[in-house]
Amino acid sequence: MRRAEFVTATLLALLSVYLMWKAGEGPEWDTEYVHWANTGINIDGSGPGKGFWPFYLALGMLVSCLWILVNAIRRASPPSRSEEPFLDGYAKRMLLLVGGGLVGFLILIDLVGMYAAIAVFMLYYMLILGRHPLALSLATSVVVPFWLYLFFDIVMTKVQPKGLRWIEDAIYTPAGEFFRGQPLLVIALFFLVSGAVLAVTARRARY
Amino acid sequence: MRLFKTLTFSAAAFGMTLAATAASAFEPSKPIDFVIMAGKGGGADKMARLMQSIVEQEEMTSVPLVPTNKSGGSGAEALNYMKNVNDPDHTIMVTLNSFYTTPLRQPGLKVDSMAFAPVARMAEDTFVLWVHKDEGIETFEEFLTEVRARGNKWVMGGTGKNSEDNIITDHLNEAYGLDIKYIPYKGGGAVAKDLAGKQIQSSVNNPSEALGFYESGDVVPIVAFTNERLPMFPDTPTHNEVSDGDDFAYFMQRSVVGAPGMSDEAQAYYTDLFTQVFESDAWQKYKNDKSLMGEFMSGEDLTTYWGEQIVNHETILKASGAIQ
Amino acid sequence: MDIIAALMDGLWIAVQPHNLALAVIGVVVGLFVGALPGLGSVNGVAILLPFTFVINEATADPAAPMIFLAAIYYGAMYGGAISSITLGIPGASTAVATTFDGRPMALKGQADRALVTAAIASFIGGTVATLFFTGFAPALSAVALDFGNPEIFALMLLAFATFVGLGGDDIPKTLFSIFFGLLLATVGFDTISGEPRLIFFNDREQAAVMEAVGASTDAVPFFDSVGWFSRGIQFLVLAIGVYGIGEMLWTINASRYKITMSETTISGRRILSGIAGMRDAWKGTTIGSLLGFFVGILPAAGATPGSLMAYGVAKMTSRNPRSYGEGNPDGVAAPEAANNSASTGAMLPMMTLGIPGSPTTAVLLAGMVIWGLEPGPRLFEDRPEFVWPLIGSFYISNLVAVLVNLAFIPLFLAVLRMPFTILAPVIFVLSVIGTYAAYDNMYDVWLMVLFGIGAYFLRILDYPLAPAVLAVVLGTTAEEKMRQSLLLSDGDFAIFWNPFFDRDGKGQEWWIAPVTTWIALVLIALPVILWAVRTKRARRVAA
Repeated sequence: MRRAEFVTATLLALLSVYLMWKAGEGPEWDTEYVHWANTGINIDGSGPGKGFWPFYLALGMLVSCLWILVNAIRRASPPSRSEEPFLDGYAKRMLLLVGGGLVGFLILIDLVGMYAAIAVFMLYYMLILGRHPLALSLATSVVVPFWLYLFFDIVMTKVQPKGLRWIEDAIYTPAGEFFRGQPLLVIALFFLVSGAVLAVTARRARY
Repeated sequence: MRLFKTLTFSAAAFGMTLAATAASAFEPSKPIDFVIMAGKGGGADKMARLMQSIVEQEEMTSVPLVPTNKSGGSGAEALNYMKNVNDPDHTIMVTLNSFYTTPLRQPGLKVDSMAFAPVARMAEDTFVLWVHKDEGIETFEEFLTEVRARGNKWVMGGTGKNSEDNIITDHLNEAYGLDIKYIPYKGGGAVAKDLAGKQIQSSVNNPSEALGFYESGDVVPIVAFTNERLPMFPDTPTHNEVSDGDDFAYFMQRSVVGAPGMSDEAQAYYTDLFTQVFESDAWQKYKNDKSLMGEFMSGEDLTTYWGEQIVNHETILKASGAIQ
Repeated sequence: MDIIAALMDGLWIAVQPHNLALAVIGVVVGLFVGALPGLGSVNGVAILLPFTFVINEATADPAAPMIFLAAIYYGAMYGGAISSITLGIPGASTAVATTFDGRPMALKGQADRALVTAAIASFIGGTVATLFFTGFAPALSAVALDFGNPEIFALMLLAFATFVGLGGDDIPKTLFSIFFGLLLATVGFDTISGEPRLIFFNDREQAAVMEAVGASTDAVPFFDSVGWFSRGIQFLVLAIGVYGIGEMLWTINASRYKITMSETTISGRRILSGIAGMRDAWKGTTIGSLLGFFVGILPAAGATPGSLMAYGVAKMTSRNPRSYGEGNPDGVAAPEAANNSASTGAMLPMMTLGIPGSPTTAVLLAGMVIWGLEPGPRLFEDRPEFVWPLIGSFYISNLVAVLVNLAFIPLFLAVLRMPFTILAPVIFVLSVIGTYAAYDNMYDVWLMVLFGIGAYFLRILDYPLAPAVLAVVLGTTAEEKMRQSLLLSDGDFAIFWNPFFDRDGKGQEWWIAPVTTWIALVLIALPVILWAVRTKRARRVAA
């Protein structure tokens, strides 16, 4: 963990330097702008420029990072004294499986839409990471996105992404046509029935 | 399995209707993306949500209108989004004057205002000069005297830099040799509140923004920047009446546009839809209550109007040094 | 008696069916969230805030979304005790102190009594605090309209002065967190200059990269920097990332999905005998209720220090301090009364001054801004139709919470047996769909997940992230108000510290901003002065 403390503080210090430089930047369309011109504290009697606040905040970040590094060298902070690894084997695997799963989930949203992506992600998580029985995993990964679909897309018309055009036209558009035509009571019924299906599967799987 | 059958059935039925209607007219097949070029809670947002609720209440469409706010970069985010949208026939946007000023100020966006489909102009919002009642100012003449006496300690609050409010303030400074200090705020509501609290001395709020404090008697209208007096403030003269020949009227468009690349059929559909909204009682009432002006406009007329406005704003922005 | 009439009106609106239903749902959700290990009120409120935009649109009632969130907040305070007692793992940081005596009680076979004591103490703490709130809030907001730009900036300064105490022992890491949060708030579009800033990897940088690798610049822009950054880093993106993704990853790693629980049985008779047993816990309850509120209203303190302090004070003043840690009911009652009391107290500065006292109130504050309310000194003046029903709902939610809590303890115990491998993906999914629902934008969802993974790494290295979350909320206002004030004063900083500075050419005196500024400056300087004095004394001793 000691090495991680140094590496992280150094990376954050570099980030701070980039932010400081970035703060002095002018608008892209202004070709006559001179770098750093807007970081002044009082420009033409109208107070600080737009770069003032970010520049000095980034400077503050840089100073904090250097201070963190000094503390690390003096072994004054707990992580810099710790002998434990920054990420042990379990943490690395967890990060890869869960973090990787999340990233895959987000990529899927753009391809197959929010709800199908949720179904895939839930199935992946429950079956592969949770080692739950197939029936329960399947039921959960269908019912949860279905509930969310009814809540967001149908009842609240807070429309979520639908993925590629042909997937949208093949799945979501007809589903939308069907459910939007239903009265609220029928939607509630769908909600409850799918919940009951989930409950029965969970009981069968002895949860 | 019942559900699945119904699904496939309705899908098939839908496919047939689509085939049947495709030749004749456009009918939206999925929720319409209704982009708002401003943040949540502001004047433009409230108006857009009113349009959406009218459409919903009167059941004018078979699919819902889904409002999404894209406020970034003074409209840059919304314009950029519209330019790259993957289904232009289901994407429309409520616009303001930043529809012209943002592409003028940020040429890097490569957005052409004229490429958008002219669906409908729903109204033109008006601007009124307001002061706090404790200043004891009632006429434009007194306003000018007091502002001159106060020098650069007279503060005008407004929404955003180089915005409509800023343009009007710049004009007052230039035409009357004033030295009003302009302070940009995030939204018109914050401006109205600070005027009522006497933190600033004047504002050029839209009537809808200042109405609450006008009714409570905190703020007083001095002049309206319109061509005719506003029905709601019959005793408040227009700027042109009292200005001695300096003609200046300024409006904010409230228009609905379609994404670039929208088909003619879709454009016709939306124009028809918003004609219905415009003619609805709810919209007419809102227009009157909030002192909005402007007739309905669409198609060629709207494009011509935009062309004039773009030239107009280019001149104004050049004069104030906001663009080269 | 204006206040009483207003409160009665508020109570009436709060018991309207839709508001009552929201309070009940909120309390139940809060109880679950609070009871689940690793998730506290801030996680619940942050992940569910997007859902309230929907409530806001569906009900015309301005108070409805806030009633829902406040109910979650309370529910979580109650729920935290459940896992602290039965699992020995605090359900939330606010319930850490509850484990000290709650767990020993459970191990002695008194889990039911501990649970009932916690619930009743929570109820008393919450109600006492609400009474205080009702009395204090209107007085605080009486100075309302005097707050202009310099005054609000001075308040922000005061808030930042108290933040340093929030992060724990590592001062540079806390400072980094504050600066980082403030800086994130500046990304996007600058109101004052009307120009974009900190648009990372913009077209110019993309072209430079393409040239550097010798490729043609025709493909620029290949990265939509306008879409990613022009609207700025939204507060919820950071809050959900940190509390929905980062904390979850951390909890998974720490618990390895394995949690064991002590068996508990609950029945009507046991609840009754538990209530009768409250006479052993009145002292802890009293201390917790009073102390919790006053710690809670301090900016940047919140419920966690409130409950720890209450436990400490109860132990110190006890005639039998040794019994603490062995299963003393007072030791359960004090922190539980305090965390509920403090959570109400923390809403006082949030609503009357616009300063959040804790990460949870920071999320609530951000929510209010998005619903079109402006928290701050003028809120009570401008929006009574929001404020009083909300205060009314505090009373109602507390009552609902204690009843639901007692009635559903068996159910919560069943839920706590739910495998973490089902709960975790559900939280992730809610975080993702919630972020999208809030901003209609995949860029923000990506940023949220990236922040979450980053937050996980920083969490391992003891970087406190709560200050960053608070700073993002206050950052925009702080900068905007500072620059608006300086525009007013032609760039002269005297407007902040000099009461005789002439703002509007009328020669008025302005005292609020300078006084606040000076207090803030003293608070910022205080640690340095103390440190200097201490070293001097140490030197003298050494000499």
